[in-house]
Amino acid sequence: MAQDSLADAVSRPLSVAIVAMGGQGGGVLSGWIADAARASGHVVQATSVPGVAQRTGATIYYLEMMRPLPGARAPVLALMPTPGDVDVVIAAELMEAGRSLLRGLVTPDRTTLIASSQRAYATAEKEKPGDGTADGGAVLEAIGVAARRAIVADFAALAEANGSVISASLLGALAASGALPFPRLAFLDAIRAGGVGVAASLKAFEAAFGRAQEGATRADGADAMPAKPAKRLPPPPVSVGEPRLDALLERIHRLPAAVQPMAYAGVRHLVDYQDPAYAEEYLDRLAPLTAIEALHQDKGHALAIETARQLARAMAYDDVIRIADLKTRAARSGRLAREVGLDPGTQVLHATEFLHPRPEEVCATLPKALGQAIESRPRLMRMLGVLTRRGRRVRTDSIAGFLQLYVIALRRRKRRGTLRHGREMAHVSAWLARVLETARSDYDLALEIARTRRLVKGYSDTMSRGLSKYDRVLAGAAMVAHRADAAAWVARLRQSALLDEDGEALDGALQTIQTLEAATPDRPLAKASS
Amino acid sequence: MAERSFAKEVQDLRLGAGEVFHGEGILAITKALLECGVGYVAGYQGAPISHLMDVLSDAEDILNAYGVHFEASASEATAAATLAASVMYPIRGAAVFKAPVGTNVAADALANLASGGVTGGALVIVGEDYGEGSSIMQERSHAYAMKSQIWLLDPRPNLPSIVKAVENGFALSEASNTPVMLEVRIRACHVTGSFVAKDNVRPAFTLAQALEAPRRDTGRIVLPPASFVHEREKVERRWPAAIEFITRNGLNELFGNGRADVGIILQGGLYNGVVRALNLLGLADVAGETSVPLCVLNVTYPLVDAEIIDFARDKSAILVVEEGQPAFIEPAVRAILHKARATAAVLGKDPLPLAGEYTTAVLLAGIRTFMTDNARGLLRNEARPPDVKALLDDPKLKALADVVPPRPPGFCTGCPERPIFSALKLVEKELGAHHIAADIGCHLFSINAPFNIGATTMGYGLGPASAAAFNVPARKKAIAIMGDGGFWHNGLTSGIGNAVFNKSDGLTIVVDNHYSAATGGQDILSSRADNARRATQHPIARAVEGVGVRWVRQITRTYDVGRMRDAIREALTTREKGPKVIVASSECMLNRQRRERPLLQQAIKGGKRVVRPRFGVDEDVCTGDHACIRLSGCPSLSVKHTDDPLKEDPVAAIDQTCVGCGNCGEVADAAVLCPSFYRADIVHNPHALDRLLARVRAAVIGWLQARRERGLVGFAG
Repeated sequence: MAQDSLADAVSRPLSVAIVAMGGQGGGVLSGWIADAARASGHVVQATSVPGVAQRTGATIYYLEMMRPLPGARAPVLALMPTPGDVDVVIAAELMEAGRSLLRGLVTPDRTTLIASSQRAYATAEKEKPGDGTADGGAVLEAIGVAARRAIVADFAALAEANGSVISASLLGALAASGALPFPRLAFLDAIRAGGVGVAASLKAFEAAFGRAQEGATRADGADAMPAKPAKRLPPPPVSVGEPRLDALLERIHRLPAAVQPMAYAGVRHLVDYQDPAYAEEYLDRLAPLTAIEALHQDKGHALAIETARQLARAMAYDDVIRIADLKTRAARSGRLAREVGLDPGTQVLHATEFLHPRPEEVCATLPKALGQAIESRPRLMRMLGVLTRRGRRVRTDSIAGFLQLYVIALRRRKRRGTLRHGREMAHVSAWLARVLETARSDYDLALEIARTRRLVKGYSDTMSRGLSKYDRVLAGAAMVAHRADAAAWVARLRQSALLDEDGEALDGALQTIQTLEAATPDRPLAKASS
Repeated sequence: MAERSFAKEVQDLRLGAGEVFHGEGILAITKALLECGVGYVAGYQGAPISHLMDVLSDAEDILNAYGVHFEASASEATAAATLAASVMYPIRGAAVFKAPVGTNVAADALANLASGGVTGGALVIVGEDYGEGSSIMQERSHAYAMKSQIWLLDPRPNLPSIVKAVENGFALSEASNTPVMLEVRIRACHVTGSFVAKDNVRPAFTLAQALEAPRRDTGRIVLPPASFVHEREKVERRWPAAIEFITRNGLNELFGNGRADVGIILQGGLYNGVVRALNLLGLADVAGETSVPLCVLNVTYPLVDAEIIDFARDKSAILVVEEGQPAFIEPAVRAILHKARATAAVLGKDPLPLAGEYTTAVLLAGIRTFMTDNARGLLRNEARPPDVKALLDDPKLKALADVVPPRPPGFCTGCPERPIFSALKLVEKELGAHHIAADIGCHLFSINAPFNIGATTMGYGLGPASAAAFNVPARKKAIAIMGDGGFWHNGLTSGIGNAVFNKSDGLTIVVDNHYSAATGGQDILSSRADNARRATQHPIARAVEGVGVRWVRQITRTYDVGRMRDAIREALTTREKGPKVIVASSECMLNRQRRERPLLQQAIKGGKRVVRPRFGVDEDVCTGDHACIRLSGCPSLSVKHTDDPLKEDPVAAIDQTCVGCGNCGEVADAAVLCPSFYRADIVHNPHALDRLLARVRAAVIGWLQARRERGLVGFAG
């Protein structure tokens, strides 16, 4: 590789494009490469696009370099990359690598692509109420098609592990790739000449250099993408040596094998949330599904598994007690220290919680009768509103602050008596009844209705928004229930409900249904959606 | 202090004759100014010229040492008006700003300057913000040069050519008593390269001499009858003088084999792109040795008829390569050749596109078509110009188009403007949507997700002015946003003063982040930093009260979303008449971090007690609705997938880049979002008391936790 680019460098310049997000240090990297080129006796020209483009947005740096021409002739170097005419593309983030592919900067005949595979999610991805994250796999696949050589790895993590920044690790990968005919030393000297954070940068450089040399042998970075963590679904053990829990395990083992892991996850969660008796309740509610699955051997117990998941979530509704409980756990203090990278030897950690319960939440946690009594008295509610107008900031590392939450957490034993519990259980029962009843006539529709419970989540406003979306989807489900493709419709409704906060997309989808129902009552989804 | 420091680089400005200068275009321009014996420089920041302003202020000592005065002007109009010093006195002066927006602002001064004409060389250096990376409307400064009759230089984008253009610019200006505009494109401002330096020259005639021996001549003042004389003077004296100078000094350049019967006339700034296109077509080598005749216009206005006619002689077709629209050069060339009864066909914006940046790919396509139609003989078959169409049609790449998310610029991590818009969004949830007039500056990022706030932008500092029409009785009031930069640029009068005078009832939110932040953190009147050379710390609120606003609220910590929201709500609901102004002040986090981080590191190393806040999310509390993200969009607040089989959606997560600005907690609180957020204050080098307290607390809390655990059963892990 290094050889033929050497030959090239006489007839035409070598070109390097760096695609990054503003603030990622693309300028530093560009400077290092330019220095290395100059030190290796090349004429080099670097350009960048200044201005607001560099405020966290996608931006590009471009360099051209070549051996001095014979005589006094100076090469005429371009100020921007030409699609199909780039030797090296360095991408500091996976989707930016994807963007460079779409710009045609990476081509099979020419381009060595060095891409860092970590994701910095764009706002468009993060802001979705559901999971809006883009599929990195698609980028890796396209890289396989477009790049002559690809070195893909999480160079951001490599840099961080070595206390440096991604520009240093990317430079290491570039040096290892041999795509530019400069000695390793030239790159190292460039870092040294920079003078800032040299030691850490050199470490990151070396680490990436090594990583890239193994990576360089691969055609694409197939194993390079930091995979999403696999869902933790261990099979239930036979016994844990605690009679009340073993009783639960014994019941789980009586469920169909396919359902056991999810049921076990649900039971674990609910024991942690309330107590073994509550987990018993959970298994009681699940029981009827076994009968239904027996009638649909071909479905792989999808309905039972999904219901097991959603039921566990629904029964473990997030109330003030749960929050107080989670935030006062022993394990939690440890996790905090880990997350902020605390050094217990030399540092002390203070933790402040931001809690803002509204009158509704307060009443909900009270015993049913009392809660209702207050709720039904507007003046009392208004007074409560005044008391709860300002949010609470609780120092959970201080004894006083910890006690506040600790005491609330103790109400866990009384949870079954709270106003909230009554309402939640009513909602759960209604949903479950709907699932079971639907399953009699339409298994797939029942599955979609089960999944729709996913929309109910969060706190206060978020919670009410979720509930209203849930109700709207089920209303839609009722409208299409008679159709053969009802399940597909409900799935579509649920997906649209997860597209935006207020469910505008959902209302749009519901409109479509109404007009369709009016026009052609039995037109299948496939045509309707086209 | 500006975002980027050139303290090191500017030392090269001292280089003498024969030494080789390495650096960026903007530094080369500064060096050229010194070599030309410039007497004063004035300017206003704005990409792509911001760094030139930073270089100039970092180089102020050096400039002063050579007797050069530098003004950080209040606006482009101020900068252009500053050139008045060259009207009566033989002093070379330069004004620098971004274009064409800066040229728009400066137009009045430029027109007056051009009418009366100049004695000392007057150079207007504009950074043409056009094409990729541009943040403004896509227009051309060329029209301004034509309408005011200012000569326009567009040099080839390499350092020697740019430096030469500065020299020629001053000389041309003096030879024709006309101001000269030097246009540098975005990438040329930051292109690296080298040139052989000359000695710097002290101005022969100084501003002090002028002050002490003032001169005047009503013939130079723009008022009848002189103004009518000026117009004739422009065409009868100055224009011919310019043409004579341009021709005699060969400012425009010819390349390539003059015998071929086609040719290309191009703007100097596009030379590298055209040569690369020819190179890829096999029509030029890497050094620009080409078989196609090139007429490179380093002066794009005025055109020298004789040069055009000579170039067209014995040619059947000519391609005019002129970026941006409308075309001015192409029709001019056509007219010149028509008058001269020349036969060459003139092509331009067909085959080249009417609008848009002339990237190498665009030039390649256009020139290829031109050559195929007019000089097929020259095209070589073995040339294989790159073609990515087939590749981009590959299903795997086509699929990518829907995958790769847009990534427009946005607020930085910890930006103090974020909470202002979080608050605004919360108020809109209560009081409904409002008409919100946006302005120019970082705050304009509010128009994108997640805030989606802002209806129009009418120019720098014109936010409130652009809401002026909505000064009528209605159930809702208009809201205008304006940055501190725009406020001092003109907003105080065009927006606030106007609102007072017209008894407007609307709300203006002045985003005061202590700098002209979007342009790179230059100091302005209200900056808090002490600046030895400039007067800072002039409060915006006092200026606002000074022009007669009674309802003024000063928010001293924008991160207090609750207070921010209440102030906005009050402004929109109060019965009190007259304009409402909220000055929302917190320091630009980018500059603050740059200032504080080193100090903090030092303090920690020095064993001092330092508390550093950082925010986090309890992933078992977060339900993955991302409402917090829809009120923030902070780069450090993202999402992550968990291994919890019961959770389908990714949960919110805050990464190591969090600067602990506080917005997350404040928003969760003000919006009554969810209790997932926590603030972790890390105490570095804690005192003995800190440690003791921590130990006691841990012990008591640990005991309480153990006590509770005992009562519970649970599965391990």
